[in-house]
Amino acid sequence: MPTFVFPGKYESLAKIAELVQIATREFGLDSCAAYGVETAVDEACSNIIEHAYGGEDRGEIEFSYEITANSLIITLRDHGKKFKPKKIEKPKKNVPLKNRSDHGLGLYFIHQWMDEVHYDHREGYNILTLIKNKGTMS
Amino acid sequence: MEINHTEFKRCDVVKVSGRVDSSTAPRLAEKINEITDAGRFRIVLDLQDLDFISSAGLRVLIGAQKTCKRYNRGEVVLANVQPNILSALDLAGFTPFFKIFDDTVSAVGNF
Repeated sequence: MPTFVFPGKYESLAKIAELVQIATREFGLDSCAAYGVETAVDEACSNIIEHAYGGEDRGEIEFSYEITANSLIITLRDHGKKFKPKKIEKPKKNVPLKNRSDHGLGLYFIHQWMDEVHYDHREGYNILTLIKNKGTMS
Repeated sequence: MEINHTEFKRCDVVKVSGRVDSSTAPRLAEKINEITDAGRFRIVLDLQDLDFISSAGLRVLIGAQKTCKRYNRGEVVLANVQPNILSALDLAGFTPFFKIFDDTVSAVGNF
C-alpha cells in the first residue's frame, strides 16, 4: 500500500483530492459517490490540521489507499493531538437561519459519505480509516 | 478557486469556479465581505463551474446569507448548482436557506 506524505497545511488539500480522485476512479465509483469520498477525506484532513495539529505547518498528513474486491480503504495518519470522537450530530432542520449552527458539519459529512469510519491511536499516531464499499448508495 | 465578480445595478453576480475548501474559503469570504461592506446585499452566486465545496465553503455561504438577510436588506441566491454541490448543500440542511435558480438570468431577475 503506497503512502503519500503531505505537509499539514490547507494548500495540501487540493493535492490530496487529486489522489482521492485517482483512487475512486480506479475503484469505479460513480460521480456522486466519488464526490462523497473526496468530501470525507477533505473534511478529515482539515480536521487534522485544525484540531490535531492546532494550525498549519505543525506536522504531516500521511495518506494511503487500498482497493479490495468490494472496498476502497483510505487511511490517514497524523501525529497530532489524540482525537477524541464526539457525538455525531445531524444538522438540525427547521431551525431559523440566524440560529443555524454550522459546527460539527465536517464530522457529520465524513460519517454520512463513508460506509465505515474507524479511529485508532497507536504509537503516537491518530489513524483514521475510511471505507467505501461497492454497490452502496452514498 | 477562481472568483469573477460582476456588479449590476440591482445585484452582484459572483461566479465561483474550482474548489472551495479550507484553503480557498477565506478568499471567498473576503470577496463577499467586500461586497457587503460596500452596502450591497443582493448577491447571486453562480456555481456553474464549482467542482467542490467543503463544510468550510458552506460556512461562508451560510454566513453570507445571514449578513445579507439581516434587516431584510437583501439575500444570497444560487444559480447553476451542479448535482454534487446540491447533495452537499442538502446533506448540510442548507437548501431551505437559499433560493436556487436554473440559470444566472433568472437569478438576477429575482431582484
